[in-house]
Amino acid sequence: MKRLFHATLFFLGLLLVWHLVVRAKVWSPILLPSPASVGLYLRDAVRDGSLWEATLVTMRRLLVGYFIGILIGLPLGLVTAASKFAEDTIGVLALGLQTLPSVCWIPLALLWFGQTEAAMLFVVVMGTMWSVVLATDNGVRSIPPIYARAARTMGSKGLHRWTHVLLPASLPFLVSGTKQGWAFAWRSLMAAEIYVTILTGFGLGHLLHYGRELNAMDQVIGIMLIIVVIGLLADKVLFAPWERFLHRRWGTGKR
Amino acid sequence: MPLVDGLPEEEQSAKLAVENVSKRFHTGRRQQDVHALDGVTLQVAEGEFVCLVGPSGCGKSTLLNIIAGLEMPDSGQVLADGAPILGPGRHRLVMFQESGLFPWLDVFGNVMFGLKLKEGLTNAERRKVAQFYIKLVGLEKFADANIHELSGGMKQRAALARALAPNPRVLLMDEPFAALDALTREQLYGDIQRIWAARKKTIVFVTHNVREAVCLGDRVVLFSPNPGRIRQEFHIPLPRPRDINSVELAGYSSQITKALKGILHDGDAAAE
Repeated sequence: MKRLFHATLFFLGLLLVWHLVVRAKVWSPILLPSPASVGLYLRDAVRDGSLWEATLVTMRRLLVGYFIGILIGLPLGLVTAASKFAEDTIGVLALGLQTLPSVCWIPLALLWFGQTEAAMLFVVVMGTMWSVVLATDNGVRSIPPIYARAARTMGSKGLHRWTHVLLPASLPFLVSGTKQGWAFAWRSLMAAEIYVTILTGFGLGHLLHYGRELNAMDQVIGIMLIIVVIGLLADKVLFAPWERFLHRRWGTGKR
Repeated sequence: MPLVDGLPEEEQSAKLAVENVSKRFHTGRRQQDVHALDGVTLQVAEGEFVCLVGPSGCGKSTLLNIIAGLEMPDSGQVLADGAPILGPGRHRLVMFQESGLFPWLDVFGNVMFGLKLKEGLTNAERRKVAQFYIKLVGLEKFADANIHELSGGMKQRAALARALAPNPRVLLMDEPFAALDALTREQLYGDIQRIWAARKKTIVFVTHNVREAVCLGDRVVLFSPNPGRIRQEFHIPLPRPRDINSVELAGYSSQITKALKGILHDGDAAAE
């Protein structure tokens, strides 16, 4: 309760500073709109449905791309951790491509897929899966060998060893890995939506882009706020339950 | 110690025969390979409690891993009830120095892990067996506890319950109490003797603590390093339960300690 109070106070203070800076007319209101005008934009965008629609479009792309990324990345990570050959081939590829900023996939995606949903999806999947591969690989490698030894003596082998020992043992790494994957997916999609205009749906990135084109700074800042809020909510909804479980079982982490 | 009704029939304890076992480790870093075991032969009778003692590097843990089937000897073989050991099996369960308990399961889940891999039991029977062994090691109030909430001694108790639950014929213990404080250790000496008397397992127990070995073992086998060989064997005919602080026990352990010091002295002389 006290922490909630502190957080509320901090953000109200931030709003106040913003308001005072605008009132002091340090910068032109075209460059820095007031908190009130951003609020007005958001109210109108909610009323005419454009904000809701853009959020839906963006979330659909994000979730689909993210889960495809995990679906490919997780098994690949298990494979690179299990096999020397896969480590020297797929592992090196993953390490290389993970360092590639996901914006760099956009020109390729446009040429291959044109201005389509597939291009968006491709960018998000590429942004997600390599970091998931690396996190999974790292997770399985970090398992204390005693778990596998103890499990072996009790008769666990083959598929059972993977599903009942190695996967649960690497859970702390898988959670942080998929969380990192989520952050990468989110960044990739915003980059893709800002750079690529497609007619099958306007996402939040497009609203941001057109805010700039129209010199509508209230829109730009309003959409940025929405993007931040979605990021925070995803953290709470998607990852907090897992982190609570880890905290309870492993005794790790804060809270 | 009365056994609860409905538990499966006690399986026979195993005879172990270690026959002329040798093992080398090829270490890239060191200038020489480590000759961990050299022609070791050892018989363990059914229901016998044997302690392997020796300075570090004498191959006692390696021998335990070979008996467990976690490692293969370069030459020689180990027979359990006359059949050669080709890999790990649930008839020979291991307790390690670190408990090796799975942090993603609670105590009950850990004890159930090995039981679930044992065929021919219904789930209700498995739960009953798990509860029995958790009670046997005195953790009935902690069945739902997470592993990180347990003290070091409780962890080893839970690990003992996990190793006993699938009813193995042989229990292999690799310095299971080395990381515990003295008081906790003494409690566990009492527990392990009580449980051994009740369940009559064949136990092979590795330790570098001579008093511990004398307190627990029917027989203490002394190893010498480089190469790992059996140096001497001591029969401990003391009545049970034994108190680690008793005078008779001290007599045996000083005799064995003297022999152990002789080995260390030989090692120093060889190094010079």
